Amino acid sequence: MKFTLSWLKEHLDTTATLEEICDTLNNIGLEVEEVTDPRAGLKDFITARIDSVENHPDADKLHVLCVNDGTNKYQVVCGAPNVREGLIGIFAREGTLIPLFNERLKRATIRGVESCGMMCAVDEIGLGTAHDAIIELPADTPIGAPAADVLNIDPVVEVSITPNRAECLGVRGIARDLAAAGLGTLKPLNITKTPAKFANPIKITVECASECPVYTGRYIKSVNNRAETPKWMKDRLNAIGIHSISPLVDVTNYINYDLARPLHVFDADKLKGALTIRMAHNGEKFTALNEKEYELSDFALGICDEEGVQCLGGIMGGLKKGCTENTVNVLLECALFKPECIAKTGRRLQIDSDSRYRYERWVDPKSNISGSDYATQLIISICGGEASDLTVVGTEDNYQPQVAYLRPERMKTFAGLDVSAEKSMEILRHLGFEVSLENNKIKAVSPSWRGDIECEQDLIEEIVRMVGTDKIPAVSLPHDNLPKPILTPMQHNAVVIKHELASRGMYETVTWSFADSEIAQYFRNGNEAILLQNPIVKELNEMRPSILPNLLTAVKNNIARGYPNMALFEVGPVFTGRHPQEQYTAASGIRCGQTSAKDWAHTARDYDVYDAKADALAVIAAAKGPYENPQITTDAPSYYHPGRSGVIRLGKNVLAYFGEIHPAILKALDIKSRVVAFEVNLNNIPLPRQTAGKARKKLELSPFQPVDKDLAFVVDKSVSAAAIISAAKNADREHITDVRIFDIYEGITLPSGKKSVAISLTFQPIEQTFTDKDIENLMNKVIVEVGKKTGGELR
Amino acid sequence: MENLEELKDEVLDKINNSAILKELDDIRVAVLGKKGKLTEMMKSLGSLPLEEKISLGKGLNIVKSKIEEAIEAQKKFLEEKALNEKLKSETLDVTLPVSPETQGRIHPVSKIYEEVAAIFGQMGFEVAEGPDIEDQFHNFNALNMPVNHPARQMQDTFYLNNNPEKPFDMETAYVIRTHTSGVQIRTMEKQQPPIRIIAMGRTYRSDYDATHTPMFHQVEGLVIDKNITLAHLKGCLHDFMKAFFELDDLPVRYRPSYFPFTEPSIEMDIGCLKSKTELKIGAGNDWLEVLGCGMVHPNVLRAGGINPDEYQGFAFGMGIDRLAMLKYGIPDLRTFFESDVRWLKHYGFTPLDFSSMTDGLSNNGGLAR
Repeated sequence: MKFTLSWLKEHLDTTATLEEICDTLNNIGLEVEEVTDPRAGLKDFITARIDSVENHPDADKLHVLCVNDGTNKYQVVCGAPNVREGLIGIFAREGTLIPLFNERLKRATIRGVESCGMMCAVDEIGLGTAHDAIIELPADTPIGAPAADVLNIDPVVEVSITPNRAECLGVRGIARDLAAAGLGTLKPLNITKTPAKFANPIKITVECASECPVYTGRYIKSVNNRAETPKWMKDRLNAIGIHSISPLVDVTNYINYDLARPLHVFDADKLKGALTIRMAHNGEKFTALNEKEYELSDFALGICDEEGVQCLGGIMGGLKKGCTENTVNVLLECALFKPECIAKTGRRLQIDSDSRYRYERWVDPKSNISGSDYATQLIISICGGEASDLTVVGTEDNYQPQVAYLRPERMKTFAGLDVSAEKSMEILRHLGFEVSLENNKIKAVSPSWRGDIECEQDLIEEIVRMVGTDKIPAVSLPHDNLPKPILTPMQHNAVVIKHELASRGMYETVTWSFADSEIAQYFRNGNEAILLQNPIVKELNEMRPSILPNLLTAVKNNIARGYPNMALFEVGPVFTGRHPQEQYTAASGIRCGQTSAKDWAHTARDYDVYDAKADALAVIAAAKGPYENPQITTDAPSYYHPGRSGVIRLGKNVLAYFGEIHPAILKALDIKSRVVAFEVNLNNIPLPRQTAGKARKKLELSPFQPVDKDLAFVVDKSVSAAAIISAAKNADREHITDVRIFDIYEGITLPSGKKSVAISLTFQPIEQTFTDKDIENLMNKVIVEVGKKTGGELR
Repeated sequence: MENLEELKDEVLDKINNSAILKELDDIRVAVLGKKGKLTEMMKSLGSLPLEEKISLGKGLNIVKSKIEEAIEAQKKFLEEKALNEKLKSETLDVTLPVSPETQGRIHPVSKIYEEVAAIFGQMGFEVAEGPDIEDQFHNFNALNMPVNHPARQMQDTFYLNNNPEKPFDMETAYVIRTHTSGVQIRTMEKQQPPIRIIAMGRTYRSDYDATHTPMFHQVEGLVIDKNITLAHLKGCLHDFMKAFFELDDLPVRYRPSYFPFTEPSIEMDIGCLKSKTELKIGAGNDWLEVLGCGMVHPNVLRAGGINPDEYQGFAFGMGIDRLAMLKYGIPDLRTFFESDVRWLKHYGFTPLDFSSMTDGLSNNGGLAR
């Protein structure tokens, strides 16, 4: 909402400066967004008189002036056509910053004549675009005065109006609030009733009084819509960014911004028959002023003649029956519409207008007749014509103002503010409330322009904003001396996981919760696509079924930027269904390219599936999950490489997937390097029992040295490493404390379909040092067990 | 026994001139070995008469120990020499750079999450959560925003058809939460006061320009008890801002505002100094809006199943991404979500950077590598 200072002063009698006004607006909840004050750039310009004009000796169109600022005289070369002796204008001396060029004026020699200053045109001082002539001020203007003081310059203020303060969508509402805050007095609004010269010939019927409680119509005949809108009105409208169109349109726009009072004007000669206000028929068509055709339903309120809906009540007029410059007779509408009806229609048809904006918030229900009177007065004063009597359907008197009660002590116990009951009542009275005391409660009846006061808290807010929020003391929240952990175990896990992955050299990223269906389609893993109804761009059209589509997009973008090696992870939501709660927290990551940059000491290698597996296990460990002896299966989702991927399980539950991304998907994304990935479902990792103590298990240290022995087995290629490790461990769980695989060999020296797996075993004596025989027995147990479980033979 | 003295001189001379350990050992064997010269001379003593045996034997023993001492000394000398020569050959170029190690990074959004939790943890808050896909009751209606409420139109909401079998119906559709405020309702549904929670998470609005992204992060606060007033709201938030920006003194300003779910509603500004090149939080001539807050509207308490005649309290909401931008001088919101490894490395935090009110809130994890 914008207004100019002079416009505000039309309603507010005040001596306050612009700065004081803006500070007060902020303090009372009308946030100042921008102040445009051209006076600031004018401070070096002064008024001056042209004492003499002579022709330039060497140029036809130039003149040499003697300019007098009351103190000094200056020789100035000027090309403006309107120079004349005695003209008083705006003068820029040497060194003045000229807003148009954003440069300081220098002394110059123009065709051999020295020029020491400039008589300015409007554009040169930054107040408009007029350039041909220099500014001419009235003859009685003092010379040597600051330009800002004599030019009629109007600063523009833009305030942001919250939805509850609809009355401040009119300048008068803002003035009223400033007056209540003690910044002046509100001037009376002088509306003169135009005498009725004839009876309104158009019959008006309202069929839906609940949506349209009051409708007024006035016929004005013989208007001239080609008349010129007065300059003051045009200037104000221009200043707030509204173009002057015709007097009839300008008047409705002006009153909309002056009094927050929407109006509509029909070309009465185009209306056929009587006017009926009714709900639209389903399927009824309507072409609005914006030249778009809408199909209406029975939720929309229509102002109709015999030919159908001609205006969407309170939202937008129709194209067919609107005013043009040829309009002679008009019907002026000033009505009250139910906010819910306007909001619903506007939302469903997606029409935004200044009128809708006001009606769906609040329009003063007692402003229908006065609004019509004011508009009639302005229209006739500009366009001439004669007014009919006013047809009023419904009555403003049915409006019941809202009543709220305030217990005076609540100012202290709710707002923390010391305000006496008397002071509270005085403030409410200044704001226009009818105030009285009832059983020690302040009864406040809302003024008709306020539709937002429903309960005690609303009254408290009114008093708080008038007293000032700065008057409320700041009191720290009382709290226990020793703080407790703020995060739940699950939330804490997520934090630890991030730090674990970062300590493994990965960069954490945050990507959209949305994904691009083009990529996401590969990652749905059997779930439905959760498509947004109104995606902002087509690449963000689905709730992500996995973080990987977004990480792969990141891979692609980083490669394109020239950074082909990366390790990225994200911890965030993944969606399995469209209903609330059908989501879980995933920790997912990708590695792509080489393990490190080229280096003299180490050979870099490509990331492989085992890097992803290690990441996944590190995440599980960080979340205190079962990372030791993980249960691994090979049935990862289809977006992984079928032979190079795995699932980490705990019983039925999937804790994690890891593997190479399927080459076909990389191809579809045009990623040429191998990408390995992992996804851990944090919701599936069991949390430790809360009752578990902090004490560690007692450390049992053996006095006997462990013995390391190596064995190599030849097995079928299909035999998993896990099977061999498990068989070896189970051979003697008491004495075999560790089994590691240290070599895998597949080569021509072995029968086809076979591989050799070499394991290193740690035997731990318990009661006494092993004899050679003991060790031999243990090795034999392993050989037998591995043979039995895997068919492996000693190599 | 002249030849004993001669032998001694000769042997000592040889020992001192020996150049390598092997040569020294050969000398030892030749003199002191089983068949060495001195050994032989010792052996021959047996056949001599006692007096002669004693005098001659004494002389032999003196010579023997002199030779042994000389061998030991020369051995030590030669070993040292050999080691020095070996070390000389082992010299490495220690100016070679160390192998590259990638130090990971924590995203600024996670960092702020940890900092905010650390501060509110100190004030006795808990962290609550809610779903990203919400029903309109929790996202709007329960927050005093009925279906035709104008504030509801101001939020550019993403919708999700709640039943793909049926045509889309805007009034029953799910939304992707436009704020974390729905967590207020979900918390109240689960517990009666006293309530002291913050909720942090992703929020979504259909807006994409220099200062808006379709997804951003919010932290929501809710404090409900019997005697909580606006004064506590001011105290709590001022305490938070000072702790967060790690400033002992931070000017703040409160402006009345409007949110459907609070009454009275207030916006909080913090002092700053704006120049063309930087933004400095703290004392200065300008104000920067950082959060919205207010006393919880009685309709919201009722919707959450709490009696507004008995309980009252405040709520607040602020942008996590915005806090990160202000504290750490990150210029463009959009870059938060672009996964550019150069950006992540530059603006990210080291894995050792944990946030704590007692160990330091930021930059306590050493230098980024």
